Amino acid sequence: MAADLVFYFFSVIVVGAALGVIVSRNQVHSVLFLILAFFNTAGLFVLLQAEFLAALLVIVYMGAVAVLFLFVVMMLDVDFEELRRGAMQHLPMGIAVGAVLLVEFIFILNGVHVDGPAQAAGVPVTNTMAIGQLMYTRFLFPFEIASLILLVALIGAVVLTLRKRKGVKRQDISSQIARTREEAVKLVQVASGEGAKP
Amino acid sequence: MPEFLNPILGTIHGFGAELLGATLWTVVWTVIKIVILLAPVLFMVTYITLAERKIIGFMQVRYGPNRVGFWGILQPLADAAKLLFKELLLPEKADKVIFLLAPALTLVPALIAWAVIPFAPGLVLADINIGILYILAISSLGVYGIIMAGWGSNNRFSFLGGLRSAAQMVSYEVSMGFTLIPVVLLSGSLNLTDVVNAQKSVWFVVPLLPMFVIYFISVVAETNRSPFDLPEAEAELVAGFITEYSAMSSGLFFMGEYANMILVSFLGSILFLGGWLPPAEFLSFIPGIIWLGIKAGLLLFVFLWIRATFPRYRYDQLMRLGWKVFLPISLLWIFITGLGVLLFGKA
Repeated sequence: MAADLVFYFFSVIVVGAALGVIVSRNQVHSVLFLILAFFNTAGLFVLLQAEFLAALLVIVYMGAVAVLFLFVVMMLDVDFEELRRGAMQHLPMGIAVGAVLLVEFIFILNGVHVDGPAQAAGVPVTNTMAIGQLMYTRFLFPFEIASLILLVALIGAVVLTLRKRKGVKRQDISSQIARTREEAVKLVQVASGEGAKP
Repeated sequence: MPEFLNPILGTIHGFGAELLGATLWTVVWTVIKIVILLAPVLFMVTYITLAERKIIGFMQVRYGPNRVGFWGILQPLADAAKLLFKELLLPEKADKVIFLLAPALTLVPALIAWAVIPFAPGLVLADINIGILYILAISSLGVYGIIMAGWGSNNRFSFLGGLRSAAQMVSYEVSMGFTLIPVVLLSGSLNLTDVVNAQKSVWFVVPLLPMFVIYFISVVAETNRSPFDLPEAEAELVAGFITEYSAMSSGLFFMGEYANMILVSFLGSILFLGGWLPPAEFLSFIPGIIWLGIKAGLLLFVFLWIRATFPRYRYDQLMRLGWKVFLPISLLWIFITGLGVLLFGKA
């Protein structure tokens, strides 16, 4: 009963925030609504006793991805009104994609039975442990593939943005430390009224 | 928790459950526990301001506040009264909702993270299995208050301060997260109570000393304290994201900052300094909560000491330190710890 109330509380906010993402005119508000939706989805995960997934959702999506989203949206002056002008033309396409997704969800819901928390299996493992054990034994290969793909993306991002520019002053700490007094300071005798000569 | 309290608590429980019914009573009881937890936290937040001014005053051979009450003891109350009665100014072109939401969003994560901090065996509001992940998740939310404040103020200084802070917090969260992994490896649990219990033979600061140092420097950067207080570098950004805030709305930012400072000090004591465990067995007659308080107090003192001692970092130096120094060292130390656990077993 109480769990139902909490479920509806979270879901109403998720749906409302998701609507807010697409209807708000200010793009920063859109991203903030997206973050609200993430947070309440994490609440739904907790309600399913999948607290590990909830924590990951908050750490990865809210703590890293959405911050960078917000960063980009605030920095770039994107005119979203301009982007939105032709939206009505693409409506049939959007409806088609949405319909396909809906049908897929219905298939999944009919095929998979939600058995409740992992404890139902009679094994006293926390779901963090269960995920860890499965990930490093049965699903080791897909897991390694996924991390390899992420690594490639990481290196790709570095390669794309790393460039040597001339005239940029960089701090090189080892060369700073290696400097000696002789090459940094020159003592000159300045005669009065004449000033130092180079 | 002391034994003699148990019958009293039992009586209160029974009376409350009879009066309100089981479900409602659980809610009320949780609220009572939250109040009991948060009241001392807020008390510490108000009085750490006085401690800071007194200690920095002492280090700079000044008196610090000494006019309100004996030895300046009522100074925080006077400050709070001043902030409460000042006028709250709303900038004309600010995004009003975001502008007013931002201070609250800075303070709230700093307070709700306390839910999983164990003060003594069994004395914890929520003894959840993913305590460390919960702390990481909550502390990653703190950045939103600051970035929203910067954007909502509609002021270039505020905006730059907010962006700097976002980049800084995201960067140092990475290195802070990596310093926690060796702790988890050694204790074999994400539950903070288990982490403390795993330190019975030796505190984790001994095998993980470099991680403790990196943890401490990272949390100084995370809480935007000097020498990493770039978001509010007065000389270049006026007051950073706080520029447009006045009265209690700016007070909330400071409360959030101090609450975070106290939180990470307690967390550091729990993760590396053995939490409520006494340093030696014959000292165990002193209650654990006092030991935890002493350890956290020491870390807090270092916070203030650093502020009185070091000059502010430049922005590129800050980023270099986080990504090019701390990240490789902590990654290497995860590898070393993993190898150690594999060869010699857990703590």
